[in-house]
Amino acid sequence: MRAVGGNASDVRGLAARIRAHALRMVHRANMSHIGSCLSIADLLATLYGNVLRVDPHHPDATGRDRFILSKGHAAAILYAVLAECGFFPVSWLETYCQDGSPLLGHVNSHGVPGVEVSTGSLGHGLPIACGMALAGKRDGENHRVVVMLSDGELDEGSSWEAMLFAPQHQLDNLIAIVDCNGIQSFGNVADVLDLHPLDEKWRAFRWAVRTIDGHDHAAIEAALSAAPFEHGKPSVILARTVKGKGVSFMEHQLAWHYQAPTAGQLAQALAEVGDQA
Amino acid sequence: MRHTFVRTLLDLAKDDASVWLVCGDLGYSVLDEFAARFPERYLNVGVAEQNMTGVAAGLALSGKIVFTYSIANFPVARCLEQVRNDLCYHQLNVTIVAVGGGFAYGPAGYTHHAVEDLALMRAMPGMMVLAPGDPAEVGPATRAAFACAGPSYLRLGKGGEPTVHTHVPDIRPGDAIVLREGMDVTLISTGAILGEVVGAADRLAARGIRAGVISMPCLQPMGAAAVWHAAARSRLVMTVEEHGRAGGLGEAVAAVLSMAGVRPVALEICALTSTVVNVAGTQAYLRRMHGLDADGLAARAVAALQDHARER
Repeated sequence: MRAVGGNASDVRGLAARIRAHALRMVHRANMSHIGSCLSIADLLATLYGNVLRVDPHHPDATGRDRFILSKGHAAAILYAVLAECGFFPVSWLETYCQDGSPLLGHVNSHGVPGVEVSTGSLGHGLPIACGMALAGKRDGENHRVVVMLSDGELDEGSSWEAMLFAPQHQLDNLIAIVDCNGIQSFGNVADVLDLHPLDEKWRAFRWAVRTIDGHDHAAIEAALSAAPFEHGKPSVILARTVKGKGVSFMEHQLAWHYQAPTAGQLAQALAEVGDQA
Repeated sequence: MRHTFVRTLLDLAKDDASVWLVCGDLGYSVLDEFAARFPERYLNVGVAEQNMTGVAAGLALSGKIVFTYSIANFPVARCLEQVRNDLCYHQLNVTIVAVGGGFAYGPAGYTHHAVEDLALMRAMPGMMVLAPGDPAEVGPATRAAFACAGPSYLRLGKGGEPTVHTHVPDIRPGDAIVLREGMDVTLISTGAILGEVVGAADRLAARGIRAGVISMPCLQPMGAAAVWHAAARSRLVMTVEEHGRAGGLGEAVAAVLSMAGVRPVALEICALTSTVVNVAGTQAYLRRMHGLDADGLAARAVAALQDHARER
């Protein structure tokens, strides 16, 4: 089993393609959360392109790395990267949020190959990832568990319960990635419920912490490859990201947590992300 | 009851290496043997029920058969969304074990009374809901939960419940246990109140009233056949539960009785009309206060039978 993608230029191409898919999907379905999708495009492209040991032909293979998207509202771009990597046909993406489709507006594992866990309500992913990592440890397996959270999600107390738990059990096979785009549902994280200083909080909870540019593919891959950063400690990557990244009029804009692009906006957005289709 | 549970779990864990016990920092002097014998499959997550349930889901998604253990509402209501989304949505083999069903922690106060738990758990999709009536029912109920591929809820008493059964009964999903047949009234109960119910049947018998008793340790899926049977044979069906009326046994039985083809029969629901209790009280005191002790139940049945006779 190996990472399903290829080299760094492929990762760039993959990131562009999944951004384009996600834009088309939310436009067609008139759904929210495109800004949250675009902020994690580079993280997902690097994970699935070069890091995660998963096999699209055997999505349930024992020994595979596990990935949980705890910020389940960014479902569209997870489906996009899974389709691009061959877990299911790209044509499925056209059914996103259409009547009868398994591609729900929040991450669905039921009938969607490659999705480990259904999510949607925030604060659920990290505890589940802890359970998976603990099982892996006690069974003597060497796969890794990667879970991606949003910064706003850290308002949920369940996340902090799990943050206490992981170091207690020395889960150094666990990697948390926080998509620090700085915007939550109702405004800036700093204004709603300030997480600052977030790195010190994780460190105080006895995690090994790295802060990176969440859009720099090389930096993302370097961090993911270096984990565990410290033997016996879980790792957290604080990824500084831009909500709506790649589409000029969406970047840093809270409105794109909710809005779906019109036909005209879609055309401009696709041009900006370098859509080849 | 909790000791019978742990003994059964030890047996299961001895034979199946995938059995895990995860507790939320409760179970002092009860879980020690499991922790000592199976340290690799024992986990105390701390006072953190949301994480406990999420971790259990992660373990189950990794092939483990997990029992979470805490008291009263903590593994149920505190983490209800983890139960719903993580366990039920994914239909994982996790059994939520709650010690202290009903008023078992009576003097501890309302925060520690599990009196809405059955309703909450009945509403969860694919959840097997088990409330054994006496220590003899705990072993087979635990095994039923273990064998169930999806999530289960196991509501236990605390300790010192009377053993009613003379032998260990079979408990299969959707089955009820008929202890006595009765032509006048059939008492149907769920959970550790069974001792009071049998006491009520004895008191009724002493007055020449033929009272049947059915224990329903599996509330979901429901033992509908036993309810039909009771309706066919008795003038009155009386349900008894140490739980609020909303969403409990009584309403579940009413739903079965309302089905087409079931013989019309009078139904008396004995449950808590208000679950909030603001005074201290032992379990016996609080049961008596709500008319759920043997004397109160017998009196209720007599009154209901008299009402029924008058209406005819």
